[in-house]
Amino acid sequence: MVERTPILNFFTHLILFVGFVFCVAPFVIVAVAASHNLKDVNDVPMSLLPGSDFWVNIKTAWTTTDLGPNLLNSFIMAFGVAAGKVIVSALTAFSIVYFRYPGRMLIFWLIFITLMLPLEVRIVPTYAVVANVLDPYQTIMDLTGLSWLIQKISGVQVQLSLGLLNSYSGLILPLVATATGTFLYRQFFLTVPDELTEAARMDGAGALRFFVDILLPLSRNNMAALGTIMFLWAWNQYLWPLLITTDQSHAMAVTELKQLIPNVGGAPEWHIAMAGTLIVMLPPLIVVVLMQRWFVRGLIATEK
Amino acid sequence: MASITIRGVKKNYAKTQVVHGVDLDFASGEFVVILGPSGCGKSTLLRMIAGLEEISDGTIAIDGAVVNKLEPRERGCAMVFQNYALYPHMSVAQNIGYSLKVAGVPAAERTQRIRAVARVLELEHLLDRKPMALSGGQRQRVAMGRAMIREPKVFLFDEPLSNLDAKLRVQMRSEIRKLHRRLSATSVFVTHDQVEAMTLADRLVVMNGGRVEQVGTPADVYSRPASRFVATFVGAPAMNMLEGEVVLDGLSLLGGSRKLNVSRTGLAVGSKVAVGIRPEAVRMVAPGTPGALAATVDLIEELGAGRVIYVDLDGASFSAVTSETVHPEPGSTVGLQFAESDLHFFSSETGARLDVFKASVPAPAPATL
Amino acid sequence: MEKRVTFGKWTIGILFAVPQLILIFTFFYWPAGQAVYWSLTLQQPWGGGNIWVGLDNFRSILANADYWNSITASLIFAGISTGLAMFIALVLAALTDRQLAGSWLYRVVLIWPYGIAAPALAMAFRFILAPEAGFMAFANHFWPGFWDPGLNGADAMASVIIAFSWKYVGYNFIFFLAAFQAIPRSLIEAAAMDGSGVIRRFWDIQFPLITPTIFFLLVINITESFQDSFGIVDIMTAGGPANATNLMVYKIYSDGFKGLDYSGAAAQSIILMLLIIALTIVQFRFIERRVHYR
Repeated sequence: MVERTPILNFFTHLILFVGFVFCVAPFVIVAVAASHNLKDVNDVPMSLLPGSDFWVNIKTAWTTTDLGPNLLNSFIMAFGVAAGKVIVSALTAFSIVYFRYPGRMLIFWLIFITLMLPLEVRIVPTYAVVANVLDPYQTIMDLTGLSWLIQKISGVQVQLSLGLLNSYSGLILPLVATATGTFLYRQFFLTVPDELTEAARMDGAGALRFFVDILLPLSRNNMAALGTIMFLWAWNQYLWPLLITTDQSHAMAVTELKQLIPNVGGAPEWHIAMAGTLIVMLPPLIVVVLMQRWFVRGLIATEK
Repeated sequence: MASITIRGVKKNYAKTQVVHGVDLDFASGEFVVILGPSGCGKSTLLRMIAGLEEISDGTIAIDGAVVNKLEPRERGCAMVFQNYALYPHMSVAQNIGYSLKVAGVPAAERTQRIRAVARVLELEHLLDRKPMALSGGQRQRVAMGRAMIREPKVFLFDEPLSNLDAKLRVQMRSEIRKLHRRLSATSVFVTHDQVEAMTLADRLVVMNGGRVEQVGTPADVYSRPASRFVATFVGAPAMNMLEGEVVLDGLSLLGGSRKLNVSRTGLAVGSKVAVGIRPEAVRMVAPGTPGALAATVDLIEELGAGRVIYVDLDGASFSAVTSETVHPEPGSTVGLQFAESDLHFFSSETGARLDVFKASVPAPAPATL
Repeated sequence: MEKRVTFGKWTIGILFAVPQLILIFTFFYWPAGQAVYWSLTLQQPWGGGNIWVGLDNFRSILANADYWNSITASLIFAGISTGLAMFIALVLAALTDRQLAGSWLYRVVLIWPYGIAAPALAMAFRFILAPEAGFMAFANHFWPGFWDPGLNGADAMASVIIAFSWKYVGYNFIFFLAAFQAIPRSLIEAAAMDGSGVIRRFWDIQFPLITPTIFFLLVINITESFQDSFGIVDIMTAGGPANATNLMVYKIYSDGFKGLDYSGAAAQSIILMLLIIALTIVQFRFIERRVHYR
């Protein structure tokens, strides 16, 4: 910076340090609380020196909430959603950038508008759709008279039904469509020089070949950035898995955390709760730390 | 090797027409340069030959077969792009061999052919590098290799040297020329750089505003420009152009302020003409020399080998190239002299070249004022 | 912006868009349409048939004090947490941008909270802000009754605001820092040569140049405060005490899935949807100068 005044620098450091402490303190408190025993964690004030029960608490939290399988579920879901988004949005962006067809703008706007329809506001009907994903198509066939026609002709009564509650597909599919990802790719594709496409065409490559051989390898950074953001986003989903997974075998780590809230009247087992919290916090934190470059790049790109 | 026949080719974008009916014939093995300012339609024409741009009207035939409806890969053309268009994520070898891979050529044969091309272009030691790690000249050579490996019937070059620095450009120019002599495939080279055009071309096509202005050998185009546009576009510094009118005993120039006594031009009295004189054809003489045109020196550009003298001629700018040891001072008066045979006449209305002095070929007598 | 070069066979091209189209139709448009339909009918949960009631559902929720309470709570939550998260992030980013020794540390660490799931951080803050254990107990020790989010609505609201802001400071920080760093150094130096000091430069040069980012974040933060608050509220307060933190999304969830009032929940969804649509439109009206979604 231009000035090097000691007083200004002192205050800069001071304020930043305070910000740093506020940012890190909750992590430290959670970790320390997770190492205390029942008595120490409820001490007023709680000691900030680590206790000795860390691994015991972790183990207790792990077993009481079944965190092993739940973490695996969370991984499957987060990975599935991230991969799905990375693939589906790349395909869509390729279609709307590299082809000219009637209705292309319509598709663009249809995807754009989904930005205004977050899961939270259509949660109840989306739940109903997942209970039978073919219901929209059944209804359309009924309303258009198609069902009636098929029944008349073949004598078969059309009854489309496919329930996705308590399944990975039910968890993942509704979260895969992404306007953000599509626009991210679109922006990127628009910066790919036209000459590259022409060179590929002169070299004899068709659309699919160009997409696979040239465009996707060039999009690696983009995919890493998008994948990172979407993995975190999916890992941190709460409302949706809470609704869709009613049986234990599909429960997510994040949703099971709720079980650890000390009951009113029960023993205030905050040390166990914090141990569980720590475990659930850790995977996304590791992803952020390891993938920071991509994470930040991806986030910034969503502003464009 | 293949000939290219272009008949009545037009190109329209939504509302604007950028190529207005072009007819051209390129002979097999010929090196043709299409020269013109940016936006003249030269690149569009090239891209229509390549198949990257749809042909709005007319036909393009390669070796007699109309290719209008063919995909680029089916036309047997290879192209070198302005920005090289190397695939950044592929190595040099992969870049060169990509078209063979797409065509399903077995890996062993591919490697062999890549090696052969790399040997010719002296790229052998760079085959594993990525384009990012190459210099401009090396990238240029990779782009050439990519075109060569397909053994195309036609090479298309879209301003391939414009991203290189001046020195490298001269070097690549001669390499392209040598390569052409070796492969002798029909080549079409698009550029806006006239030096490049003059040095490379067997035949030069000058385009302007979507039309072909002139087709001919570089020497032809230089010495007998077919239009006022060609005259001023080809040659550096540009040809001097003076507006004038044919009068009974010669030419009245610059709105009547100067008069030029020339032999009978054969043009009707009263015709408006533009008279062109190449700066190289202007002789500097001492002021007051009989028959010399008096002018004031504005600016002197030192070129080392010679110098360009810009003078003011009643408000019109006029330049002369001189290698003589004349050292006029800016602001001083000089005399300008030129031979009648060095004058070019163009119609003021159409810009077309006017053939004059038919009766009195070489007129050695200096034109006098 | 458009591509000059495209591929000819658009019938194949359109196929690439089909997976996404099926997904958005099945999981976005159909449910959204369904929500509209339900909000205009009286729907028995799980079959039974619907009775057309027009705008009755809207009338009844708009006449309901609980609903207005929920809107007020949402707006208070959105306003304070957005203001807090953005202000703190702006200060930290401006200072980090001075690039003193150690600024890399802030750049790395301040982003961490954004990676944490809302319920997990809510759990952490529920403990940190617990009246009987954690640190607020210390304060209660000296001033009994000073802090009790379990009983006092304002304390509960403060808790969820703190938890949410903690997460979004990191998010806003990333964007502010990027915006500051995008300002050419030469501009700052020119201003310094013109004799303007640090504060002056901030207001005259940096602040005007980052206004697009401020605006972008404002909209995102408000939108997220409607959405991402669910996990925090569910873990920390479950909407209580006495509906003090019953934010709009939480109310939709509890009315729809706990109260099984599908029509009421649908009507509330529509209202929230309109709010978010309005925000998005405002955002793109302002940002369209920079972005051309064509």
